[in-house]
Amino acid sequence: MAKNVKVYSTPTCPYCIRVKQFLKESAVNFNDIDVSSDQDAAQEMIKRSGQMGVPVVDIDGELIVGFDKEKIKKALGL
Amino acid sequence: MYDIIVIGAGPAGITAAIYAIRKRMDLLVISKDVGGQTAWSGSIENYTGYQFVTGPDLTLKFEEHMRRYNVPLKEGEAVTAVKKTDEKIIVTTDKGEYGTKTLIIASGKKSRELNVPGEKEFKNKGLTYCATCDGPLFAGKDVAIIGGGNSALDAALQLIKIAHHIYIINIAPHLTGDHVMIEKVEGSEVVSVMNSTHVLAVTGDKVVRGIRIKREGKVEDLPVEGIFVEIGLMPNSDFASDVSRNSFGEIKVDSYNRTDIPGIFAAGDVTDVPEKQIIIAAGEGSKAALTAFRYLSERR
Repeated sequence: MAKNVKVYSTPTCPYCIRVKQFLKESAVNFNDIDVSSDQDAAQEMIKRSGQMGVPVVDIDGELIVGFDKEKIKKALGL
Repeated sequence: MYDIIVIGAGPAGITAAIYAIRKRMDLLVISKDVGGQTAWSGSIENYTGYQFVTGPDLTLKFEEHMRRYNVPLKEGEAVTAVKKTDEKIIVTTDKGEYGTKTLIIASGKKSRELNVPGEKEFKNKGLTYCATCDGPLFAGKDVAIIGGGNSALDAALQLIKIAHHIYIINIAPHLTGDHVMIEKVEGSEVVSVMNSTHVLAVTGDKVVRGIRIKREGKVEDLPVEGIFVEIGLMPNSDFASDVSRNSFGEIKVDSYNRTDIPGIFAAGDVTDVPEKQIIIAAGEGSKAALTAFRYLSERR
């Protein structure tokens, strides 16, 4: 079954762009959440991850901070 | 053993890689990220052929160009040491060890750190080196920007629209950036500039709650929830301790991009080349690859 993937990001952060490029290349569908335009989502991200930095990737509830290719691959079972 | 290893995948490293692979050299690129500082740039208006391009878009173009040649890339791998023996050059990373005949160091520069207590602990927990990336997370909050040059002013201008109040904490007696920017920043009601002020520590619990500063001999705690460190850049050259470097830590190269160790070349912002520009880094990368190719041909 496809995993539920969310990316908390801002449009200007290069690692966010890299994460999204990587997911697209790996044919993974994801929900892109722009925390610069959605303050509620920003607060939710900070609360859940304890981090004030983007990107944060949510894979079926597992949170990965930053563009950590290996961790993301593992969580996705790639 | 590789013919050539390139450390770094910014404009210098990618250009070196493209030139090396077109010369049919057996190549490996090792880099923490792709794009380097270019990826962090907002708008670029002086890269020939592009009247306007954003940093991430130019990075994508570089990367597409590199992929067109199937350049083998180890991304997310950090080089920890470089050693030359009689037979080869050994590149050690946090994940492995690689042997090569020639090496191009194009590892660029990174944000300078404050080196105060709390800095590491609160990184990404309120303390950040990228206002462009993380700025929006500090909407309506009081924040501090450390620095007084153009990058600090640029961060302030981005945050004026977002944050509640901005303290600019500047170690120098006055701001040193472009006048146009200084006027805008000083003219803003939400900005307080604190000159001749030192940062002593970053404080907080799970996240940043404040910053301890010292000015006019007095220690103060300033309550802030965000800290943006914008105090310049330093070269990523720690792993290359055997190579001769200048007092800034930049690798010394001649006009052929040769370091003082035969077979080891360097290019771009990590070197002492005058002027740090994307187009210069790219040009230096091509030059380094061509020199490495010639070096290898002469020894075959």
